[in-house]
Amino acid sequence: MLNRTADNVARATPEPLARKIRGISDKGLAWLFISPTILLLLAINIFPLFWAIYLSFTNYRANRPNEVVKNLGLSNYQRILGDQDIWIAMQTTAHFVFWTILLQTVIGFTLAWLIDRKFRGHAFWTTIILVPMMLSPAVVGNFWRFLYEPQIGLFSYVISFVTGIPPTNVQMLSNVELAPWAIIIVDTWMWTPYVMLICLAGLRSIPEYIYEAAEVDRASNWRQFWSITLPMALPFIMLAVLFRGIENFKMFDMVNLLTGGGPGSTTEVASITLKRQAFESWRTGYSSAFAIILFVAVFGLANIYVKALNKVKQR
Amino acid sequence: MSRTVVSKRSSWPRWARRGLMENIATAIIAIGFLMLFQHFALSLYTYSFITMLAGTVMFIIVSKFPE
Repeated sequence: MLNRTADNVARATPEPLARKIRGISDKGLAWLFISPTILLLLAINIFPLFWAIYLSFTNYRANRPNEVVKNLGLSNYQRILGDQDIWIAMQTTAHFVFWTILLQTVIGFTLAWLIDRKFRGHAFWTTIILVPMMLSPAVVGNFWRFLYEPQIGLFSYVISFVTGIPPTNVQMLSNVELAPWAIIIVDTWMWTPYVMLICLAGLRSIPEYIYEAAEVDRASNWRQFWSITLPMALPFIMLAVLFRGIENFKMFDMVNLLTGGGPGSTTEVASITLKRQAFESWRTGYSSAFAIILFVAVFGLANIYVKALNKVKQR
Repeated sequence: MSRTVVSKRSSWPRWARRGLMENIATAIIAIGFLMLFQHFALSLYTYSFITMLAGTVMFIIVSKFPE
């Protein structure tokens, strides 16, 4: 197969180059084909990572490229890991990650369980439920901003209709207590379908004969759920939790579009703080150190994710 | 027809097998992660990064160990 491809490539190339390609081994040809991808990956992924690691030990500022770069050692890391404001940003991120994951898992699993009942029109409803996940975060952010508008927003109108509070008082994005929940609601609305899909895959992988055996043993529906459905779907639920955990930890677009970190710094998650340090205060070395700390956290979580994935594969 | 399976005994110490060591590394990463996010003590936050880094490096190394 590779030899034929090599011949085709050789035939389509000018004669001096064709002679060279004809003499190339299968392994050499394989390397020739994948080398552009490897080079591109090195240039846009690996090099910036190592460059950021180098910058994290310096006082480099991107807005002053001609200034002498001083090596600071571990000073940037020490300052970040002792900074009260960054610690608060981490707690804001934790609040956001905890509630989004909890809501997405509970609602996602419930939806998957209902869809798995295979009622009339379940395929149609599955498609409808999946729509938010397919939208761009920029689109979702903009139209939820519109929905949250106190004067004309549908969300404020519905809350006002249910609770009797005037719609102008339902200021989801500018109220200190409501703003974090406004983001949690939008993220949950957008990503619950994704959790539902993973849970549905888990539920569909449970063999029917186990339920039949439980029926023979006269196990109640409740008992079947706790003893068969939940334990067998658990690795899939864990997978969804880990994946959403990693994604929400890096969350930037939705927060930036909805509140921009405000009001004050109540919704300033770690990625917003990082952007402010890097592109508003222009502390490139400091923000690089912060980015490396976040990278290690995400990389650690990704390792757990891969381990969980292997466990699911072994089933 | 019966077949006798002869398992080759590995000289690798039992306590250093991949499964156990990976679990320990995962626990260290998880502890580091909790230390990063908790809101009780600044000192725990300060040492969270080094804990996570140690766990991650350990995970990379022990994932090459034999099962």
